Amino acid sequence: MRYAMAIDTKKCVGCSDCVVACQTENHVPIGYCRDWVVEVMDGTYPQLEMEIRSERCNQCGNAPCVRCCPTGASHFEEGGLVLVTADKCIGCGACIQSCPYDARYSHPDGHVDKCTFCNHRVEVGGKPACVEACPTKCMYFGDLDDPGSDVSKVLKTRKSKTLIPEAGTEPYLYFLI
Amino acid sequence: MREEIIISGRMNPNIDPYLHIWHWQIPLYLFLGGLAAGILFFSAYNHVTGKEEKYRAASYISTLIVPLLLVFGLFSLFLDLKHKMYFWRLYTTIKLESPMSWGAWVLMLVTPLSFILAAINLKKVFPGWKWKYPLMQTLDDFFENYRRTIAWILVVAAPILGIYTGILFSAFNARPLWNTSILGPLFLVSGLSTGAAVNILFSKDHAERLAFTRIDLVLIGIELFLITHMFMGFMASTQVQIDSAKLFLGGPYTAQFWVLVVMLGLVIPAFLEILELKKFKIPAIVPAGLVLMGGLILRFILTNAGQMSRWLY
Repeated sequence: MRYAMAIDTKKCVGCSDCVVACQTENHVPIGYCRDWVVEVMDGTYPQLEMEIRSERCNQCGNAPCVRCCPTGASHFEEGGLVLVTADKCIGCGACIQSCPYDARYSHPDGHVDKCTFCNHRVEVGGKPACVEACPTKCMYFGDLDDPGSDVSKVLKTRKSKTLIPEAGTEPYLYFLI
Repeated sequence: MREEIIISGRMNPNIDPYLHIWHWQIPLYLFLGGLAAGILFFSAYNHVTGKEEKYRAASYISTLIVPLLLVFGLFSLFLDLKHKMYFWRLYTTIKLESPMSWGAWVLMLVTPLSFILAAINLKKVFPGWKWKYPLMQTLDDFFENYRRTIAWILVVAAPILGIYTGILFSAFNARPLWNTSILGPLFLVSGLSTGAAVNILFSKDHAERLAFTRIDLVLIGIELFLITHMFMGFMASTQVQIDSAKLFLGGPYTAQFWVLVVMLGLVIPAFLEILELKKFKIPAIVPAGLVLMGGLILRFILTNAGQMSRWLY
């Protein structure tokens, strides 16, 4: 089993509903967020191209945060999810330094926090809150090992990219282009 | 032209707009840890090679401050932790691929040894030293028998401690400025150099001072070579490392680095030390103080600039 997410940059309008859905679902403290929306503008007027991406933890297959964690608080879970065990985390900040996506932050309670792909929902057969909330249905989630899952199907038919694959992190957050 | 902005408004504290999760605590510890490693190495080396009476300051006097340096350093690291009450989790895990885990365990070995070494050196520094409690005297006598064993352990463990302070940074692929294996040797040599500076300060013996002035001069030379080599490596590397080098080559850290670290912390003390070896009278505090200050500022600048360097996407 290997969970992954694909986000359609052609359908995303940058409304930030995914951000709010996540904050509500995961009780993210005020002033923090686990996901965010990036707008990329390329070229000079009138030859402009725009890409909008909803970004979050890439749930890397070769996660530098898991490698550098001195206590094992950052770890891999079923389905390749990268999670943080709060009461093993000492808040040293090493994993925050190690993430080229800056996807982690220091929770006001002291431990490190980040996107979990809504593990608590996925475990019981649901979808992550951001995927559920997206009004343009531009996000696809599922198991890459299951050829019938939403994410497998869309990745088969569409071209996609990952962010900074050259950093060697093996990201599992795909962007359809 | 390419412009990337976060339109959902991400302002995670200490992450945006520039990563700054490590504040003064980390560079201060790196300095104190490197200095402690330097002092311990010289003392242990003198014991191993039988020169402990020739270089008394380096072998005995300087080691008295090492427990203080390490305790302050460890306390500083503790202050950096955001989930403080769980710090003991470091010692319920051994993670070979995590430099921080290595560091925690090396400190667990070196810190008690530094206390023992300082305790058995008290009678060498203060003739007629008497412990108040008989137990302490018994322990002192006991560990005195193992002086050479302790020296042999430290001659290996101290460089590991010194090198670890650099490896901690260089293991982060996500921060291109730190992601160079030169940082390990650079911090080790810088730590040894600050250790030599403290020995110069504490020594009353002219011959010992000159010996450590010579050693320091060589170490400064190596440091300058490593810094040059580091920038050569960056400029020949990928775009992210070229950009991170530019923080020091025209970017916001240019003046601080070249003036405070390279000029005041390395070149000028080296020049003063050469004058001293040529028999000019130079107050020891000046070159030694500059070396110590340079070592501290080097770590502050690398900590801050490293967090500013990043991948483009």
